[in-house]
Amino acid sequence: MEEKKRRLFVKQSCEKFKNSRFRLLDILWEIQNGLGGIEGPVMEQVGKLIGVSRVHVEGLVTFYAFFSDRILGKIIIRLCDDIVDQFFGLDKIIEVFSEELGIKPGQTSLDGRFSFELTPSIGMSDQAPAALINDVVFPKLTPGSVKKIIRQLKEGVPVFKVDDTCGDGNNASALIHSSVMNNIRHTGKVILSDSFLPEKGLERCLNLNPAEVIKEMKDSGLRGGGGAGFPSGLKWELARKAEAEKRHVICNADEGELGTFKDRVLLTERAPMMVEGMTIAAYAIGSSEGIIYLRAEYAYLRPWLENILEKRRDTNLLGKDILGKTGFHFDIRIQLGAGAYICGEESALICSCEGLRGEPRIRPPFPVEKGYMGQPTIVNNVETFCCAARIFEKGFDWFSNIGTDKSAGTKLLSVSGDCKKTGIYELAYGTAVADLLEMAEAHDTAIVQIGGASGEMIGRIDFNRKICFEDLATSGSVMVFNSQRNVLKIVDSFLKFFIDESCGYCTPCRVGNVFLRERIQKVMHGDANHSDLDYLRQLSNLIIKTSRCGLGNASPKPVLSSLEHFPIVYASHLHEPREGLQRQFNIQKALEESRRIAKRRSMIYDPVYYDTN
Amino acid sequence: MNATIKFRIDGTQVVTKAGLTIMKAADNAGIYIPRLCDEKGLEPQGSCRICIVKIGGQIVASCTQPAEDGLEVENDTPEIRNYRRDLVKMLYHEGNHLCPICEASGRCELQAVSYYLGIFQPTKYPYLQPDRPVDASHRDILLNTNRCIRCGRCIRASKTLDGKNLFGYIGRGIHKQVGVNGENLANTDAKVGDAAMALETCPVGCIIQKRQGFFAPIGKRRFDLKPLGTNSVKQQKGGSEQ
Repeated sequence: MEEKKRRLFVKQSCEKFKNSRFRLLDILWEIQNGLGGIEGPVMEQVGKLIGVSRVHVEGLVTFYAFFSDRILGKIIIRLCDDIVDQFFGLDKIIEVFSEELGIKPGQTSLDGRFSFELTPSIGMSDQAPAALINDVVFPKLTPGSVKKIIRQLKEGVPVFKVDDTCGDGNNASALIHSSVMNNIRHTGKVILSDSFLPEKGLERCLNLNPAEVIKEMKDSGLRGGGGAGFPSGLKWELARKAEAEKRHVICNADEGELGTFKDRVLLTERAPMMVEGMTIAAYAIGSSEGIIYLRAEYAYLRPWLENILEKRRDTNLLGKDILGKTGFHFDIRIQLGAGAYICGEESALICSCEGLRGEPRIRPPFPVEKGYMGQPTIVNNVETFCCAARIFEKGFDWFSNIGTDKSAGTKLLSVSGDCKKTGIYELAYGTAVADLLEMAEAHDTAIVQIGGASGEMIGRIDFNRKICFEDLATSGSVMVFNSQRNVLKIVDSFLKFFIDESCGYCTPCRVGNVFLRERIQKVMHGDANHSDLDYLRQLSNLIIKTSRCGLGNASPKPVLSSLEHFPIVYASHLHEPREGLQRQFNIQKALEESRRIAKRRSMIYDPVYYDTN
Repeated sequence: MNATIKFRIDGTQVVTKAGLTIMKAADNAGIYIPRLCDEKGLEPQGSCRICIVKIGGQIVASCTQPAEDGLEVENDTPEIRNYRRDLVKMLYHEGNHLCPICEASGRCELQAVSYYLGIFQPTKYPYLQPDRPVDASHRDILLNTNRCIRCGRCIRASKTLDGKNLFGYIGRGIHKQVGVNGENLANTDAKVGDAAMALETCPVGCIIQKRQGFFAPIGKRRFDLKPLGTNSVKQQKGGSEQ
């Protein structure tokens, strides 16, 4: 684009969001999609228009994975490189993409048509390997299908027309039109059951006063579905009690934990229920503005969600004096994320909504006191809001009777990996891992990773353990691995994920995870001895204890968990060093740079070379 | 907010007005808590984690944690000292810190904190050896981010003291670094007189004033004369490594 046109486009993009610096994320999306990238001069122009410095804009562009400071291709292929994809033929898929496109991951083709990138966790682990091409999801890739896709794209077929098959349920609706499958394998009583009566819960709430709503919420025993398990009713109460003119309800639809995809299915099949839950929350805490923070990977669901919000506005389920309740106004906007796992953390998510880098904030104050725009804010998971709608429809005691003592209700589990029936299982809290494995028709299972990369890695001896806050707490991700899979490869892949996704704010998480991975690779290569395991434990402890937020508090979990449950795997990789020798020291490697600089080889260490030359 | 509160740091009673952070209250009471990303006059951000203390079994950054009545704060204990040492070592290994040839040697806070904590030798961690280009574009100022410890003091000083926003964080994770508000430093209105460029603002040798290196002889440099922690009431020792 010529400069004059480009400047005009940037100006219009900023105006579309009223030149507000709090909407910088939306502005950058507009520009990224329009120009293919956000280069220095554009950063400068945006900064001037919205009243921030150029380096502030650059800070966002370089923080979020879906933004780029160089111009990307018209078609951007983002291939998911999670461990599950790796175990299901990722290498071959990368090879075929590279061959067909003539570029490697991280590159853009010379004609500017294609960019090829690897990305973590696109929420399709049940249909791996999968890729995003622009906004469109391409699940269950095979070398053959990749060739076909690229051929069509090269012929000029628009991305959304390449794959004309449709998935089940609402995936087939005109507004989603995606080949993604829901893969709902087991419907539980609370969320996925057909018996849900829409708006019943909301109507009942509006006949109660907010304090009564909060009391019922507390009595239901509902705990956050994102993994941390904070009592939802208490969160609402704290926000209501905080003095302020305005309060906010935010729905966290940024599930980024490896192996989780339940929110994808909920957004597809239960979005009205979720919005109803948000509306109830708004009534309870006294909020008039809500945000759905939608992860960039699920951008394909945005038109669908916008439509649902619009329909609710038309029927007075959103807007002014909702359902005739005088004075109760509430509306919702969708904030699209831009590729950052850390934005699942509530204070980072709030930063992101305000047009900042997604870095966790200093606490105290907590978001319930000072959140979005400095005002009291509750951030709840998609699943939590769905449960809320149901609790008020059926009654808190109905809900609290499901599940266990300390974990009321059901949990949506995203099952992926080595089993026949990958997909969504809604089960009452307290279900044993072994029962889940049987339902999923998993055979020869050796490792189960519960709760994603930051969760627990368990072996056969622990399969009778139960999924609930008292035992195995989880955000819902369950990755199943058979006895052919390499524990250390899994750990290494998780650490790479945390290194890439750390915001870099605090020292232990930014640097420590890099050191952890270095040592795990040393173990994998057979260069480690017993002292390296002590090093791993010590370093893990340091990172957990001194990091600033949940990411650093959890990132060493794969190391500690595998050391605890699979000590034999580590032991089999260890070698005690010969006296006085460092096993990992490789003299040839160490000499490489000197050779290059000196432009000759070593007489002592390359005797053969001298003989033959 | 005029109420006074009482709490203890390693058993020593501290009486202070309410509304201060643990670090501020400790400073006022003459108890030294080592730090790198915090500096007087700037908003604390709690990122380097060197100033961590333990309260109620929980580890927190004392520069951001409010002091409360009745707290029992653990500061100079073996556990905390060990964490601090490991964190300081991480910073060394993340960047390129070659003290003998660095202009900041002797007035470098990273170095001074290391001496305070008893770190005198290479450590167990691997060296990451970054290889970022040095920004020497400016007439008077040189920027070597290979020595940067991401403390962000220059960012905050430029923003709040100079009102200039010359610097900002860019990138994320291990690639997070301090970026310049322009193509390079020469394209900004950076001046030697800026608070962000003052010798005391950058705790390491990342922001260097050209023609200003090695101005004090060994033995007479800032921390030779007054090592960190020496003006505390109770003469503390960071201890030495076992």
